[in-house]
Amino acid sequence: MQDFAQEFMTALSLILSGDSELLNIVFLSLKVSLLAVFFGALVGMPLGAALAVGRFPGRRALIVLVNALMGLPPVVVGLCVYLMLSRSGPLGVLQLLYTPTAMIIAQFVLVTPIIAALTRQTVESLDAEYTEQLRSLGLSRLASVPVLLWDGRIALLTAFLAGFGRAIAEVGAVIIVGGNINHVTRVMTTTIALETSKGNLSLALALGVILIAIAIAVNAAVSLLARGAAPQRGELSHA
Amino acid sequence: MRDFPLPGSEYPRLEATALKIARGGKTLLDVASLTLDGPGPTLILGPNGAGKSLLLRCLHGLIEADSGQIWQDDRPLDASQRARQAMVFQRPVLLRRSVAANLDFVLKRQGMARKARAERIHELLCEGGLQDKARQSARSLSVGEGQRLAILRALAARPEILFLDEPTSALDPGATQKIETLIRRASARGTKILMVTHDIGQARRLGADIVLMWGGKVAEHRPAHGFFETPQSQAAQAFLGGALVP
Repeated sequence: MQDFAQEFMTALSLILSGDSELLNIVFLSLKVSLLAVFFGALVGMPLGAALAVGRFPGRRALIVLVNALMGLPPVVVGLCVYLMLSRSGPLGVLQLLYTPTAMIIAQFVLVTPIIAALTRQTVESLDAEYTEQLRSLGLSRLASVPVLLWDGRIALLTAFLAGFGRAIAEVGAVIIVGGNINHVTRVMTTTIALETSKGNLSLALALGVILIAIAIAVNAAVSLLARGAAPQRGELSHA
Repeated sequence: MRDFPLPGSEYPRLEATALKIARGGKTLLDVASLTLDGPGPTLILGPNGAGKSLLLRCLHGLIEADSGQIWQDDRPLDASQRARQAMVFQRPVLLRRSVAANLDFVLKRQGMARKARAERIHELLCEGGLQDKARQSARSLSVGEGQRLAILRALAARPEILFLDEPTSALDPGATQKIETLIRRASARGTKILMVTHDIGQARRLGADIVLMWGGKVAEHRPAHGFFETPQSQAAQAFLGGALVP
């Protein structure tokens, strides 16, 4: 117990001293996950909106598929991206394996279905409310999409944060495609796994504290945004 | 006291012929012929399920009838004709934006310049008594204020025809009175009002002519005075006598 307390104090001093190795790992983690979520949103939000307002054969099956992909196991995603990027794989020529780009690709695959599915839910429920009014105002189905996305912006930001929460906390995919190379592809989660196995608990704990702080901050942001989007005084829904 | 313009002013003319809608083998709407023109609001009365809202949605082009034709000013209803119409629903659908932004949304679509939009928004908000709530979130308004905003938004583009689907059904008498004032003013300015209501008292207060829907059909269409004083159809007599089911 005393050892643990000592490790914890060392971890805190690492954080407070602004240890450069620690900061590099944190910055790389944020960079990889934010870029993955950014690109995931670029693809996931239009895809979710199309699933919500589009009417085409196979739409229901696609919705089921996207929902199912929300629960993709990270290690399987890591394995698939590894096979694609490995020297003998179809994208091997790009030589991306064991680079931060490979990690971004893996996390992109993980978060895009989450963002698409949450966007679909948001836009679909808003569309059910708005559809007659927007048609009455002369908007076509296609012209309605930007209105629905803008009016669902708070819920869509929540989808973005949910994707970020998933990306920043996962370890399975990035450790396979990134290789956990020191100063190159080592992120918070992979460092925690490695340093714990080596017995270097202070660095692992310091990163754990930061990771938990980020998770709490993301959840607090989601909660605040959800409260902002919730019905307010005099809400019309009871009419 | 009514402040409708005198007969003879230019009002749009809406005609429906042989309008039919059936679902699951049941006829929901079967209007042989209906002509709506002239000054003053047309109030559409009838019990639940009589086809009032369906008729309104058909005339506004939100629902396509299985058969039949709708004409506006002697031309078949098309997108350009629909652009001269507006509709307010029973439950106001307000965009998740400020009160002013809800009005601005419609005005922007009209291609109005920024300054003209600001002036028009101020004018509309003053008319609806919402000038102090311009920056407030539209969804934080009370139900009555929200419905007033929905009507102002519908009037923003100065429609020739305004469809109102039971706009006061969830409101108390004070809020209802404010809505009725807005409707009267719009009518006095030349907008043809077509309004569905359950409230016979409201139909007496506002209606220049009354359409009674009964089992999907137009049971009677007459000037309000005649309709209430000497109802001719059995349906009208039953409805005014308090019958609830067609």
